[in-house]
Amino acid sequence: MRRAGAGGGAGGARLRLAALLGPPLLWLTLAYLGSLAVLLLSAFWTTDSFTSDVVRTWNTDNIQELLTTPVYRTIALRTLAIAVAVTLLDALLALPMAFCMARVASPRWRRPLLVAVLTPLWASYLVKAYAWRVMLSEDGVVNSLLSPLGLHGPGYGTPAVVLVLAYLWLPYMILPVYAALERLPERTLEASADLGAGTWRTLRSVVLPAVRPALFAGSVFTFSLSLGDYITVQIVGGKTQLLGNAIASQVTLDLPMAAALSAVPVVLIVCYLAAVRRAGALDAL
Amino acid sequence: MRKRTTSAWRSAAAVCALLLTAAGCGSDDDGKAAHAPGKLGKGEGKVNIIAWAGYAEDGSNDPQADWVHPFEKKTGCKVDTKTAGTSDEMVSLMKTGQYDTVSASGDATLRLIASGDAAPVNTKLVPNYKDIFPALKQQPFNSKDGRMYGIPHGRGANLLMYRTDKVKPAPDSWRAVFDDAAAHNGRVTAYDSPIYIADAALYLMRAKPSLGIKNPYALDKKQLDAAVTLLKKQHKAIGEYWSDYQKEITAFKGGDSVIGTTWQVIANLTQAEKAPVKAVLPKEGATGWSDTWMVSAKAEHPNCAYKWLDWIVSPKVNAQVAEYFGEAPANRKACAETSDPNHCAVFHADDEKYFQRVHFWTTPIKQCLDGRKNTTCTDYAQWTRAWTEVKG
Repeated sequence: MRRAGAGGGAGGARLRLAALLGPPLLWLTLAYLGSLAVLLLSAFWTTDSFTSDVVRTWNTDNIQELLTTPVYRTIALRTLAIAVAVTLLDALLALPMAFCMARVASPRWRRPLLVAVLTPLWASYLVKAYAWRVMLSEDGVVNSLLSPLGLHGPGYGTPAVVLVLAYLWLPYMILPVYAALERLPERTLEASADLGAGTWRTLRSVVLPAVRPALFAGSVFTFSLSLGDYITVQIVGGKTQLLGNAIASQVTLDLPMAAALSAVPVVLIVCYLAAVRRAGALDAL
Repeated sequence: MRKRTTSAWRSAAAVCALLLTAAGCGSDDDGKAAHAPGKLGKGEGKVNIIAWAGYAEDGSNDPQADWVHPFEKKTGCKVDTKTAGTSDEMVSLMKTGQYDTVSASGDATLRLIASGDAAPVNTKLVPNYKDIFPALKQQPFNSKDGRMYGIPHGRGANLLMYRTDKVKPAPDSWRAVFDDAAAHNGRVTAYDSPIYIADAALYLMRAKPSLGIKNPYALDKKQLDAAVTLLKKQHKAIGEYWSDYQKEITAFKGGDSVIGTTWQVIANLTQAEKAPVKAVLPKEGATGWSDTWMVSAKAEHPNCAYKWLDWIVSPKVNAQVAEYFGEAPANRKACAETSDPNHCAVFHADDEKYFQRVHFWTTPIKQCLDGRKNTTCTDYAQWTRAWTEVKG
């Protein structure tokens, strides 16, 4: 307070800064953290079993049920496994693609390639998911392409969910990796070659460490988006049930239970962000 | 510095307190004491409808099926339709207060009445109400204390649909999707809602009489467990569950599903897409629905809503909907207006004996609906959790 009053000009600047930052900060606390707090708070309420109206009596039944019912554990683990699989698949696909775009393609081609990677983001999520539903169907394109090889497509189910989610979130992984690779000075690669390192050695000891934060940054998107998804799984997941579906099925009837369930992905994502932060990836965002 | 930290904490605490009070106050202003209007005014130019697929057709699915545009032309009320896939979806949509009227089934009506989201209906303002079949008036699922909470729309059964080229011989029992489901492993489908537990209970009424199930919506703990066990067994053979009717159509068309529960309208649409399917009423009877058009207690366009109520049960339109959806109309004069003169006979419109075999969707509650006094039944919240468990 005293410091603010010391110099008139500084005080004015401070005021302007406060006015500038105030609304977004208020938005962040009220709309974002506030609603999250209310959500988690309502996990401790209960519902009228008939009208499904929320009854505000404090209890921990929902949390207890969440922790003791085996089916919720199964669903949480399945969701986590799918999110991890999607992230790994995206990392595996994004690395060579981004490398080609940033290093192999001529500068003239970089921009068109970047646009090509981004174009799928312009199409609606639902359209893409339904397109995959048609392709993966019993007499769809995937099966008719695979049948000459004596193979059969994955059909609807967990593999289809991983595949479609990996497709949907791939641009979010490619972009940061591409940016990191583009920033990588040519000199370091040349130096590595001059010092006698082969392609693999260079890739492992120079390129990978340089893009690791970018990979983590991309994985924040792929991981958290997969963790919260419940539409794709309804479209191509067959009978697979994820956390999002369990929340959605409870939200109309038992809001407090849905709130308790949604604490699970929140906790998972916070843990993941903490782990990623330790790896220094958030600096690259 | 220290001062700034404390003031930051203080404002954070104030924000939290504000949120708590805001959250705490929200619940008390529910319109529990909703009133039916005494007379109608001019139309508001708009009406927002929640409907089952096929109930508010504007010709976009089938150019022949259009009773929305004539309504708009006649009344000047522009119709905005939201199609819902399950009763739960309808209940939650009605809770938003953004809709004027809903075609609620018996497993939603009582919940909407109890929560005060639906208002009583002044049947005098719906001239066509007088021609509704008496068996549909003043029923436990659409009235309370002798007051109607809506206008009956029609009723029908949930059917068993199968691909005629893949399922042989033709099934005549729900056994095909329960005990014999393994014959079509990975190609069986079921309705994705807790209310589907009643279908298993209905099957168990015949298959396991020792359980003593009298009403598929009145299950004690032991009976619910038996139904859940059966559904878990069925789960192994399920390819996917459906609640979106479009999804079921594509699944049957593509051969991803070959047998499972359906509505007549879905069977019709799938046949229209040239898929070889057939829908039958199995010998055990079936679960079904009896739908009621209800008016929201918070309706912004009540006059247009009442106009819609009267329109949808008027003989001609009620006949059109009933034929399109494949159900028994509620208006007895509709039977003379159907393009197939036998429609009412085929769908047993006034055959009360037939509808005794159809168990209409009802919300399961703690008091056993079959009249048992010595035990408590499982309520819908328990069914919901059981359904999550079935899907695993």
